[in-house]
Amino acid sequence: MPRISVNVDGTAFTDEVEPRLLLVHYLRDRLGKTGTNIGCDTSNCGACTVVMDGLSVKSCTVLAVQADGSDVTTIEGLADDGRWHPLQKAFHTEHALQCGYCTPGMIMASVGLLADNPDPSDEEVREGLEGNLCRCTGYQNIVKAVRTAAAEMHEGATR
Amino acid sequence: MTDVAERSEANVGRVLHRKEDAKLVTGQSTWTDDIQLPGMLHIGVLRSPMAHARLARVDVAPALEQPGVVAAYSGADLADEWVMGLPCAWPVTEDMVAPDHWPVATDEVRFAGDTVAVVVARDRFSAADALEHVDVDYEPLEPVVDMEEALRDEVLVHSEHGTNKCFVWPLETGDVDAAFSGADVVVKRRYIQQRLIPNAIEPRAVVVDPTTASGEYTLYSATQVPHFVRIQMALVLGIPEHRLRVVAPDVGGGFGSKLNVYAEEAIALAVARRLGRPVKWTETRSENYQATIHGRDQIQDIEIAASSDGVLRGLRIDLKADMGAYLQLLTPGIPLLGAFMYCGIYKMDAYSFTCTGVFTDKTPTDAYRGAGRPEATFAIERIMDDLAAELGVDPMELRRRNWIQHSEFPYDTVAGLTYDTGNYEAATDRAMELFGYDELRAEQARRRESGDRVQLGIGISTYTEMCGLAPSRVLGSLRYGAGGWEAATVRLLPTGKVEVVTGISPHGQGHETGFSQIAADALGVDFDDVDILHGDTRVAPTGLDTYGSRSLAVGGVAVHKAAERLIDKMRRFAAHELEAAEDDIEFDRGTFRVRGDPDSSTTIQDLSLSVFTAHDLPEGVDPSTAAEYVFDPENFSFPHGTHLCAVEVDTDTGAVHVRNYTCVDDCGTIVNPQLVEGQIHGGITQGMAQALWEEAIYDELGNLTTGTIVDYYVPGAPDVPHFTTDTTQTPATTNPLGVKGVGEAGTIASTPAVVNAVLDAVRHLGVDDIRMPCSPERVWRAVHDAGQQTGQDLSDDTAGGRL
Amino acid sequence: MIPAPFEYVRVGSVDEAVDALSEHGEEATLLAGGHSLLPLMRLRLAVPEVLVDLGRVDELRGVRDAGDHLAVGAMTTHHQVMSDPLVREHCGVLAEVTGEVGDPQVRHRGTIGGACAHGDAAGDHPACLLALDATMVARDPGGTREITAADFFTGIFETALAPDEVLTEVHLPKLDGSWGFDYQKFQRVKQAWAIVGACALVRREDGRIGEARVGLTNLGSVPVRATGTERLLAGAAAEPDALREAAAQAAEGTQPPTDSNARPDYRRHLARVLTLRALQNSLAS
Repeated sequence: MPRISVNVDGTAFTDEVEPRLLLVHYLRDRLGKTGTNIGCDTSNCGACTVVMDGLSVKSCTVLAVQADGSDVTTIEGLADDGRWHPLQKAFHTEHALQCGYCTPGMIMASVGLLADNPDPSDEEVREGLEGNLCRCTGYQNIVKAVRTAAAEMHEGATR
Repeated sequence: MTDVAERSEANVGRVLHRKEDAKLVTGQSTWTDDIQLPGMLHIGVLRSPMAHARLARVDVAPALEQPGVVAAYSGADLADEWVMGLPCAWPVTEDMVAPDHWPVATDEVRFAGDTVAVVVARDRFSAADALEHVDVDYEPLEPVVDMEEALRDEVLVHSEHGTNKCFVWPLETGDVDAAFSGADVVVKRRYIQQRLIPNAIEPRAVVVDPTTASGEYTLYSATQVPHFVRIQMALVLGIPEHRLRVVAPDVGGGFGSKLNVYAEEAIALAVARRLGRPVKWTETRSENYQATIHGRDQIQDIEIAASSDGVLRGLRIDLKADMGAYLQLLTPGIPLLGAFMYCGIYKMDAYSFTCTGVFTDKTPTDAYRGAGRPEATFAIERIMDDLAAELGVDPMELRRRNWIQHSEFPYDTVAGLTYDTGNYEAATDRAMELFGYDELRAEQARRRESGDRVQLGIGISTYTEMCGLAPSRVLGSLRYGAGGWEAATVRLLPTGKVEVVTGISPHGQGHETGFSQIAADALGVDFDDVDILHGDTRVAPTGLDTYGSRSLAVGGVAVHKAAERLIDKMRRFAAHELEAAEDDIEFDRGTFRVRGDPDSSTTIQDLSLSVFTAHDLPEGVDPSTAAEYVFDPENFSFPHGTHLCAVEVDTDTGAVHVRNYTCVDDCGTIVNPQLVEGQIHGGITQGMAQALWEEAIYDELGNLTTGTIVDYYVPGAPDVPHFTTDTTQTPATTNPLGVKGVGEAGTIASTPAVVNAVLDAVRHLGVDDIRMPCSPERVWRAVHDAGQQTGQDLSDDTAGGRL
Repeated sequence: MIPAPFEYVRVGSVDEAVDALSEHGEEATLLAGGHSLLPLMRLRLAVPEVLVDLGRVDELRGVRDAGDHLAVGAMTTHHQVMSDPLVREHCGVLAEVTGEVGDPQVRHRGTIGGACAHGDAAGDHPACLLALDATMVARDPGGTREITAADFFTGIFETALAPDEVLTEVHLPKLDGSWGFDYQKFQRVKQAWAIVGACALVRREDGRIGEARVGLTNLGSVPVRATGTERLLAGAAAEPDALREAAAQAAEGTQPPTDSNARPDYRRHLARVLTLRALQNSLAS
């Protein structure tokens, strides 16, 4: 079985894995990082989104062996020493989640989106989150939250 | 209502950010699939690829030889596990046909996705692999997929019953024939409610932790209804109810799809009982599309009679409802929830409704957000537009002529319900102002006149719904298998903190926040000092769970009542401690005071500790700081509102672009405006999805051709417009909080608003019907067939042409 | 959700990839970004016995200026293609079309080579590459060959690639400022495949149309060129009537598929409408 080394949320892991093991199953079943969810089997819903080497990816569509040598951040590694990321705060204050199942993926996709475009318009947020489905919120408050977080991050960066 | 007003200064009525969120935004929630138990085995379910076949042979032996496989079972192997089949708790008529529904099929499969065999393996990978090694000989039987074809009874889903007709359920009030024969105008239409797939983003999952030595079982399930599941599973498996604990951990959405009792829950319990090991089953999304209930799927033949001045006389509905292959928990009752809603907010003399339930070889249907009421609302709101077009009057004007005036409440409707309150005028006036109704009508006229390639349509939906399910006596009269009450216990802890136990089972609605607001206000304690416990039959043994927009209107009221009961209880302790007569003790915002002696007081939280120590209690009173209340509502509640939608229809392509969606909803007293807004946004989106995008399609062989999210169009962020929302508050008079419920309102309201808008855009071109979802091809074909536009007519005007 | 087991071979160079394919024959499948292949494997609609992972083949990544054309490595991700300065400068239409592929997460992993080798006529790339007259470069044990886009896409999920052949590069023409372009993608929801797409490239020449090329998405088992339209526009005046007349020929000779979104006559109609819009926007761009 191939051996992989992956840094997940700041911790280095080395494991032997079956080639067919998906990154999301590696995170959930092997590392116990159940914060990342699975919502579909066709790469549509985005619930499993994590940030890999700086880019948002759907961890259901990456084999664990493909992640060998990579740096992965999941929702569980987003807060900084217990301090919530601006996106986590904004999702809370803007009521951008209801059942919360899509939320880890939605937030990690938003992390990727804001890395690409730190000051997106409503339209750009909607387009940027096209790979993530939410069945509860109708997206409006998600759009609001991402823009609120962007503003806070911008303020933080220029202060 | 003065006490309500006073409390609203405190927590109720304010935006308080959700208590639920912390774990959800940090990945610390516990979904059922997250649960790992020592020695846990994984279940894979083999599903029929055929819609109808005899199972000539099911051989699990080859699967047993696969690596990691611990056990494998055919339906016959598990047959002695079941005391009874999967239940239908709503036998809507005495002679309803209720076929056997075993958790694993034994002789025949009746829809693509029906369970055929079960494998149990050490991990989910081995289970998935082993499923490919179960040998099954399917002898194909002819399937029946179409409801009207099924009603001919030439091809039978359940041959032993000799018919595909499940039931016929009639309701008639007033002199319908007279209303129609005396009418100046009669409009008759057929509307098709396409089949929908609920798509809660968390697929279902089940974990069972058995202690076989003592016969105790804990069932974790991604369910909306742990209490229902407990009772029904106890009956199906013959597990004494007190030995079965059901837990709904964090649950990722339901929308009715998790308001059920499923085969996999029974299978997991049976396997755990056989093997004495913890087991898990987790659904894949594609499996969810076949194995979790679908919604809608009705044919509505509707006729409305009116006088020439637009006054409604009568309404006739002949409804056919697709049950699918089996009856799930509430399958036959769902279309009947619409029976009382077809008259909407309108006055008329006579009404007749007949519903025929029909079996077909498809996934069973059951409750999907709104459950019967969206279908009814769609039909009445659409035919009001069709009637307005027939009469040549503005569709809002027609509605105003017929709706129940604010001064006429309470009002007994033609369908037999009593609407307690409503103010359709206020909601409509506000919505039209926010929407810019007159300006949009003017723009529409301009576009029509210039023959613009892009036509504008305005759709109206002045809906009401019945929610807060439900008064138990009403449910009884409808032959529903349970009551509609809800339980709450409010408990003061020794340190003054508060635990509220509720029988409702939230899965995204924000009840922990809203109920905390109610309890905090009632008891006069801090919002943060209250915790809401739910979703575990050992923690909250009494309850009837979450569905039908009932949680606040029934469960929230129970919390309020339990808190009041606790205050009365604590008043005796206060009187004892303050050495005053009980009648002289006043309670205000958390403090007991002796009337006329402001210095003599104690807080309810301090009092809790002295009751806990029980050193000095009044004679004959037990030291309890908890109170329970079971609230059975006297009536449904009737939220209402006015939804307005403007769409642009590209007549060259048939593409529909929603340009403006504005709504004003009245869900009574608002506990937390942010939660209400969230429910409305999400609800509108699901209703709009029925109007424009979603449809479960079966081919003539009964294959679900929209078998993955790739083919079934769940809308994403770029597909959905920005919504303009507002509220009016006309408190319900049937409960002390004045609340009505809001979980389904958006979905019920939005589908007709959007479809009416699409039709309004092209009605002048000769189009009077487009089936849902109003896909570009359907819209284009309707326009094209109406002869006003042709495929060769390529306007070069691209202004405003959004795709 | 769980792929069937397979043997995994990670290669570090194209030569190693070719060797691996030669060794394992038809049992082997190349893994590029995996965003078409892995979903099929999870549904067990694709069950390769050997997966040869190109992910570490650095020589296949990136865009280089090859003089008269751009050479895009097959493992260049959609995200890299969209943001590559050379692509944006010389072949903006590919950047635009690539931006319509999948979603951001898909574009972070999916590659141009993978999208081509998947051979899906409903995908966005094929019609664009066809309109561009792009050339595919492939290597097998015998050496390297070039395949025109017109010859590359041969059927439903089929390409001209042999089982032991690795797609290494896509060569794109450099288009100067006289070319305008537009891609009209018509879909049910943003995540859905195109019902029809029309990719237009128009070279303007002294107020007339020097040359027009139109590639159509999902109008047959392979991507097609609207040859009738192109013929009428060569040298035509850049005027509305000429565009309309030419666009009316867009679906000529096509055999569109039927599915729940469109029957053939509607697809042909959309092809005409979208071609006209793409041409209009190309001239305006």
